[in-house]
Amino acid sequence: MAALEVKDLKKNFGKTQVLKGISFTLEKGQVLAIIGSSGSGKTTLLRCLNFLEAPDSGTISVNGKCLIDGSENLRLSDKVIRQNRLHFGLVFQNFNLFPQYTALENVTLAPTLLKTGTPETIDQKARGLLERVGLSDKLSNYPWQLSGGQQQRVAIARALAMDPEVLCFDEPTSALDPELTGEVLRVIRGLKSSDRTMIVVTHEMDFARSVADVVMFMADGVIEEMGSPEEVFGSPKSEKTRSFLQSFHSEL
Amino acid sequence: MSFLDVTSFLMDGFWISLTIFAVTLLCGAPLGLPIALCSMSRFRIVRSISKVIVWIVRGIPLMLQIFIIFYVPGLLFEKPIFSELDRHFFLEYGIKDAGRLIAVLIAFVLNYACYFSEIYRGGIESISKGQYEAGYVLGMTKGQVFRRVILKQSIQRIVPPMSNEIITLIKDTALANCIMVCEIIKQAKELAATKALVWPLFYTGAFYLLFVGLLTIILGKVEKKLSYFRS
Repeated sequence: MAALEVKDLKKNFGKTQVLKGISFTLEKGQVLAIIGSSGSGKTTLLRCLNFLEAPDSGTISVNGKCLIDGSENLRLSDKVIRQNRLHFGLVFQNFNLFPQYTALENVTLAPTLLKTGTPETIDQKARGLLERVGLSDKLSNYPWQLSGGQQQRVAIARALAMDPEVLCFDEPTSALDPELTGEVLRVIRGLKSSDRTMIVVTHEMDFARSVADVVMFMADGVIEEMGSPEEVFGSPKSEKTRSFLQSFHSEL
Repeated sequence: MSFLDVTSFLMDGFWISLTIFAVTLLCGAPLGLPIALCSMSRFRIVRSISKVIVWIVRGIPLMLQIFIIFYVPGLLFEKPIFSELDRHFFLEYGIKDAGRLIAVLIAFVLNYACYFSEIYRGGIESISKGQYEAGYVLGMTKGQVFRRVILKQSIQRIVPPMSNEIITLIKDTALANCIMVCEIIKQAKELAATKALVWPLFYTGAFYLLFVGLLTIILGKVEKKLSYFRS
């Protein structure tokens, strides 16, 4: 049974078709890297998965359970949307940490409000997660006291605290200074495990190549090409993929 | 009249000024929040009603609003409620001008609630969409996101414009003398009329200045206290 199955997902903004029928499956523990130029629909896909956008048609299923059928045309209640969201986690491009809370409080806030455990277990788990992302000495720092890379690592710990089955990253290093991307990518790489499915939208081609099990190249709202990193990077079949990858190489 | 006598006579008026100030702040500030929320409602009709009310209340001079509240019940319904209250309080408790003070308080609370609501709205709307989304993707409810994530950031942004409005408020209380409420300037005018003393009128400025100075210090402390985070 697929950990995540997306079938024929479509999304329009007004007259613009942003997603024109996206279908793919991911097995548990797989890491999917989504590449493609801006405007290709990558971010919208992640936002649909996290129920920040409602798809116009298509289905999203987790572990065989259909969470949303866009074509059914009924608005899900807030409660159902919230339950659906718990299957997914999202790390934003610009972190979106809560500025009035310390690093530790950022991680414990949602578990505390949703009562996922006792205050002690929540606190312990949060400390563990922050240690895991290398920030055990920054627990009581406020976001403004942290570098961009540190903030993004707190954001990753915050997402992990809710134990999502599928963790999504929306260009997690795009807002960072080049010298800070390494620490964040290392953390993401370290999260790879047999029971955590991850989707990473990224422009870091080397990272996609070395971490992903599956690479998806999106262009104009469709999956132009999808396969193992060797296939997509090594011998791309599509002309669009080739020219996209070439533009990256010529930059370097 | 000695300086002390004048001071004490003016102080009687300043207590009324401070009462208007305190009641307006304590009632108007909370009342502003539901008005702000209505102005941001998903429902167009609620939004429209709220915006029209805010437009009217902010669009008419406060002095005129005081006249409207005080005179309209008598003119339109032949029930001069506030004058009757005046008489009632005087006969029952020996308190003068209580009815007209209530009229002033109603006008002030309504007026300031509308101004506050616009400040709140600005503060709430200035928080980035990403803050809401970060809360939502973690599974938080809309109420939780508002109370635990948005509110404090909004308050931080609201404090400076609120401070401004609060300082304006103490000076606006002088408008109450348009319906003969004995606030401090009315008291000073009384001295000019009955004792031919003009200087107390200018002396009232010292009362306002002292109080505004105190407010500035307190509001500055609040602002400082909220500056532990940056958004």
